[in-house]
Amino acid sequence: MSVPQGGTTAVAAPLPYVDPVRRAAARRRTVRDALIATASLAVFVGAVALWASRLPGWPAVQASFFDGEILRSSFLPTLQALVLNIKMFLVAELLILPLGLVVALCRRSRAPVLFPLRAVATVYTDVFRGTPTLLVVFLLGFGVPALDIPGLTPEPVVWGTVALVLSYGAYVGEVFRAGIASVHPSQGMAARSLGLSQWQTSRFVVLPQAVRRVVPPLLNDFVSLQKDTALVGVLGPIEALRQAQIISYDEANFTPYVAAAVLFIALTIPLARFTDWLQARQERRTSIAGAR
Amino acid sequence: MTGPLLEMTGVHKAFGPNAVLRGIDLQVAEHEVVVLIGASGSGKSTLLRCVNGLEAVDAGEVVLRTPGSTLTVSDARVDLDAVRRRVGIVFQQYNLFPHLSAVQNVALAPRRVLRRSRGQAERAARELLARFGLADRADAYPDQLSGGQQQRVAIVRALAMDPEIVLFDEITSALDPQLVGEVLDVVRELTTAGMTIVMATHEMGFARDVAHRVLFLDAGTVVEEGTPAQIFGAPTHPRTRQFLARVSTGTATRGGIDA
Repeated sequence: MSVPQGGTTAVAAPLPYVDPVRRAAARRRTVRDALIATASLAVFVGAVALWASRLPGWPAVQASFFDGEILRSSFLPTLQALVLNIKMFLVAELLILPLGLVVALCRRSRAPVLFPLRAVATVYTDVFRGTPTLLVVFLLGFGVPALDIPGLTPEPVVWGTVALVLSYGAYVGEVFRAGIASVHPSQGMAARSLGLSQWQTSRFVVLPQAVRRVVPPLLNDFVSLQKDTALVGVLGPIEALRQAQIISYDEANFTPYVAAAVLFIALTIPLARFTDWLQARQERRTSIAGAR
Repeated sequence: MTGPLLEMTGVHKAFGPNAVLRGIDLQVAEHEVVVLIGASGSGKSTLLRCVNGLEAVDAGEVVLRTPGSTLTVSDARVDLDAVRRRVGIVFQQYNLFPHLSAVQNVALAPRRVLRRSRGQAERAARELLARFGLADRADAYPDQLSGGQQQRVAIVRALAMDPEIVLFDEITSALDPQLVGEVLDVVRELTTAGMTIVMATHEMGFARDVAHRVLFLDAGTVVEEGTPAQIFGAPTHPRTRQFLARVSTGTATRGGIDA
């Protein structure tokens, strides 16, 4: 992923010449564009706020959703509960990546002897992609502990996380599969022609290229996973959304939900921006220049 | 080792209803440079791909006699990885691995197939790249190289496995005309070094220069074969004459004409 830019050509190219008048004009345009963007945003936000505040129901909504006092008091407990979401998310992520990769490899295997693997992987993908994630959480979170299997923990957080892993593993498997399919067959042909085995070709030529290509869609799935950790709350563990719900019942006010929403957004934004950045970099690399 | 290094006998190959090779006989001795000419679709590429087992033949035999072992490529039970360790091939589209630098492209197979250490494989790769004028591009990635440089790296990558024979499949056809020369210079150097080569090309002038033997293919058969002087100077078969006449007026094939 880290292709060093610029070659090792011995002769340094002369600096490109840009007419100073045009350079100054371009700089003025940049400043002007930034000012216009800021002003436009301020006008837009102001207009929406003005419109909302003049609605007849606004005072009631403000009292039940945007109570400053409750917002302050519910913020810290919700943030503390968010630690559980982060834990679930980190553990799930580490398990989903290998699971998805294995599923993708099984689904792409062609050897007749591996047919059972291919069949299992296909059924797995169909089932877990087709089932609502919340339903998987319910089934595993209440079902498995009820079985009372010796040696298996009945801890709902564990089974809720397993449910997320199984559900997202199916999606991530498809992402990996698409990535592998996007590597041109001539790459495999070139590798096999050098004497690399089928496995070595996958490991050293096809997969490295496939994984690089799917990083943005993969991160997109992880952004989604970060907030879906809230689903595990239905099993009882106090994660951020469940904590907000409890405070909300106590206070008879919806503001804690807003606090939880803000926290979830704050959690996902860094990953979302990182995804944007990676995607932009990939576009620059493939040098697709847009028209102005 | 008795007999030619490469021997093809009565090779047939079809893709669906389309018969591409129809009874090819070809023997290539060690150190020999054999050039295949013919219009696009005459079967040159398919012939080469039958030699390293990228295509399985429908009938006939392909035998590779290397010091220490005789490999029947056309046999379904043959170890194709063993065949490909001994046969280098370079493609029209270079097919470098874009996620690896030039030196990593070259060192990959020696490391993974021949189990050389990374240091050893990369040192050898750098030396080989330097020999073909690519020392200062060794750490560049394929998309930072010109077409000619990429193709030279692809040739070096094939040579790094120390093959008994190298196949060139129209390796200059995707290049801008001004880049063709640097790639052909590399091939020329290999011919003087005594490498065994089978080459499909549209570069008639080059074929005439380096070939020991030229084969004219048409519709999946070898129509005429001989020394370059015979084929280019006094072709006997009417189809050979027709092809060479069209090539020299630049209408025979898509691109890559240089007669």
